[in-house]
Amino acid sequence: MIRGGRIIDPASNRDETGDLLVVDGRIAPLSQLATSGSPPSHIDASGLVVAPGLIDLHVHLREPGQSAKETIGSGTRAAAAGGFTSVVCMPNTSPPVDGPSVVAWIQEKAARDAVVNVFPTGAITKGLVGEELAPIGSMVREGIVAITDDGCCVQNHGVMRRAVEYARMFDLCVMDHCQDTSLTGDGVMHEGYWSTLLGLPGWPSAAEEMIVMRNILLAELCRTRIHCQHLSSAGSVRLLREARSRGIPISGEVCPHHIALTDESLHRYDTNCKMNPPLRTRADIEALIDGIADGTVDILASDHAPHCPYEKEVEFDQAPFGILGLETELGLFIDLLVHRHRAIDLPRLIALLTVNPARLLRLDRGTLAEGAVADITLIDPDLEWTVDREQSFSRSRNTPFHGREIKGRAVRTLVAGKTVWEL
Amino acid sequence: MTPPLPMASASAAVPPPHWTRKDLLGIEELSAEEIVLLLDTARAFKEVGTRDVKKVPALRGQTLVNFFVEPSTRTRTSFELAAHRLSADVVNISVSSSSLTKGETLKDTALNLEALHADIIVLRHASAGAPHFLADRLDASVINAGDGAHEHPTQALLDGFTIREHRGSLAGLRVVIVGDILFSRVARSNIWLLTKLGAKVTLVGPTTLVPRTFEEMGCEVRRDLDAVLPEADVVNLLRIQHERQRREYFPGLGEYIALFGLTKERATRLKPDCLIMHPGPINRGVEIDSELADSGRSVILEQVTNGLAVRMAALYLCAGVGNPANP
Repeated sequence: MIRGGRIIDPASNRDETGDLLVVDGRIAPLSQLATSGSPPSHIDASGLVVAPGLIDLHVHLREPGQSAKETIGSGTRAAAAGGFTSVVCMPNTSPPVDGPSVVAWIQEKAARDAVVNVFPTGAITKGLVGEELAPIGSMVREGIVAITDDGCCVQNHGVMRRAVEYARMFDLCVMDHCQDTSLTGDGVMHEGYWSTLLGLPGWPSAAEEMIVMRNILLAELCRTRIHCQHLSSAGSVRLLREARSRGIPISGEVCPHHIALTDESLHRYDTNCKMNPPLRTRADIEALIDGIADGTVDILASDHAPHCPYEKEVEFDQAPFGILGLETELGLFIDLLVHRHRAIDLPRLIALLTVNPARLLRLDRGTLAEGAVADITLIDPDLEWTVDREQSFSRSRNTPFHGREIKGRAVRTLVAGKTVWEL
Repeated sequence: MTPPLPMASASAAVPPPHWTRKDLLGIEELSAEEIVLLLDTARAFKEVGTRDVKKVPALRGQTLVNFFVEPSTRTRTSFELAAHRLSADVVNISVSSSSLTKGETLKDTALNLEALHADIIVLRHASAGAPHFLADRLDASVINAGDGAHEHPTQALLDGFTIREHRGSLAGLRVVIVGDILFSRVARSNIWLLTKLGAKVTLVGPTTLVPRTFEEMGCEVRRDLDAVLPEADVVNLLRIQHERQRREYFPGLGEYIALFGLTKERATRLKPDCLIMHPGPINRGVEIDSELADSGRSVILEQVTNGLAVRMAALYLCAGVGNPANP
C-alpha cells in the first residue's frame, strides 16, 4: 500500500491524492484491501508524486561485448536510480543485435542481472551497415520491441523503405537515428559559430532534417509509424509538426542534454559534451521546448551512452560520441520543462515518460490502472540535489552535468511491486 | 617605446607582473595588453639575433620538448632555434619517432614527457584542442604550435610583429586574408590578433572555404578580390592545402588562381606600400605569382626571421610562469 501520495496516471487521466494498493505485483482495487487477510505493508508517499514506472526507450546497455562501458546489471541499476522501471536497449553492441540469438542472449542476461525491465531492439540491417535487412521476423519472435540502426542511419532510402514496409507486418516500430552522413562527413559538433571558432568539423542541422524529412515521406508512403530518435534541431521540430498535423504516423523524442546545453559548452573541448547529434544553439533549444509544449514531440528519452574514462580522455575529434543519461534525465526534465520554462505540467511530463513510449512500442506498461503490473516511481518534484558522478551506478562517468544543481528527482523505484532502489 | 627587459645579462626568467599564463594556447583568450606585451618582448629579443653572440641565459637548465604530431619543418626549426637562443635544452619528437604510432595515447605520452621533467612542451597536433588537453593535465608550460584548424598563435604574433615593424601600429589598417580560411588555424589566430589590436580584417575566398559565419568573429567576408585589393594595407595569402582539400571545395587550381590568385596583373591594384605576406610554405604560381613572392613588397622572409623573436618571447614569458621557482 502506497499512502497519501499525489497519484498521477496520465493513461487513465488520473491526478488525485490517495492510496495505491499493490497485490502480487499488480495494481489492485482498494476494495480488495478488506478481503485480504493480513494488513499490507505501507510506503508513506505524502508530499510525493506516485507515477507509473518511467520508461526510457533510448538506452545503451552495452552488452554484449562492451561491458567495460556498461553491463545490463549496472545500466539497469542506473535506470532504477533515475526512476526508470523499463529501458529499451539499443542494438549497436558487439556483436550487434542483428539476429535472434543475440536477442535471446540479452533476454537471458536481463532475467539474471537486470533490476528493471529490459526491452531489446533489433537492428534494421545486418551489421548496422545499411545494406541488407536483418532477420527482423526472427528477432520479433525473441521479443524485440522495435528495430533501429541507432548510431548509424540507413542512408539508402530504398533499403529504409523496405524495412518500414516489412516491419508493418509485425506492427513493429521503426526508430531512426536521423543523420545524412554525406552532409556530416567527419563532423564532431554543431556547425555554426562555435565550430568555426574552435576549428572543429561541423555537423549541420540540415543533416538531421534531411532524414527526418525522408522518414516523414516514407511513413506517409508506407502508412507505417517511424520514430525519429534524439531530435536536436529547430528544423526537425518544424517538419514533424507539419507532418503530424496531416496525420502522418511520425513521432520524435528529445533528450535532456539537447535542451540543457548549447554548443558553447564545447569551448574548452570537453569530450563529455560530445554527442551525436550534437549540442546546438539557444534557438534550437527554444524550438525543442516549444515542440514539447505543443505536443509535436510527445516522447522524452535519455540516449544513455556510457563510455570509459580512457575512451573519452583523448583528443576531441577522436573521442566517442555520447554521455550518461539515466540518472540525471528525470531531474533535468522536471527542472527545465516544469520549473524553469513552465512548458508543461507534471502530468504531461509523466505522460511523455510513461504512456506515450509504451503506446508507441506496444509495451504492456506505463499505467497505474487496476490490473497493471505495479511498476511505480515515487518522485519528489521539488527536491534540490547536486549531480555527483561518483555516486553513479553506471560503470562509466561521462556526464557533462557533474556538479550541476537540479530541482526534482525520483526517490523510490518499484518494479512489479518490489522496491529496486530508494534514495 | 622602450623595449622592456631581457638583455644578455638577464639571469633570471622573471616575467613582468602582468603576464600570468603558463601556456600559450591561442590568441582568442589573450587581451590586447597581453598581445602587446608579447610583441614588445619579441622586439627586445629580435635585437639579440643581431649580436655576435646570439644567446641569452634566460631558460638555462630548462628542458623544452618539441612535440610534433604533424609534419612541420619551419615551425619546429623556429621553436628549436628560439629555445637554443634562450639556452634551453631541446628534444625533438616527431610523429614518426613517437609512441603514438604504437597506440599510446596523447595523455600517456604527455605524462611520460613530464616524468622526464620537461618544462615546456611545444605541441603541433592535427586535432583541434590537443594543446588544451595537455595544458589542463600538465604542470609544464604548453605552447600551441598549431592545433588542427583551430589556432596557431605564434604565427599570428609574428605576422602582427611584422606589420607593426613596418607600419608602427595595427590600428585602422585594412588587412586582407585570402584563401582557405575554413581549414586555417593561421587565419583564426590572425583574425583574433588583428581585431583585438584595432585592424580591420577582410576575408576573401570561395564560399565553400570562407563561410559567412566568420563575420560573427568580427571580419568582413568578400568574394571579389579585385575590388578589395585597392583598399588593402596588408595582403596575407594563405596556402591552399591540397592535402586537406577534397575536390568538393573548389573545382581545381586553375579556377582558384583565376578567381583568387595574386597575379602580377592583380597586384597592380595594390597601394604602393601594401605589404604582401604568406605564412609559408608557398605554392609558387598558385596563391601568389612567383616573381611577386620575391619582390620588394613581399615580407615573407622577414616573417620567418621575426618568428624566431616572437617564439623566444612566448617561451620566455610562459616558462617564467610555469616555473616560478626557476633560479
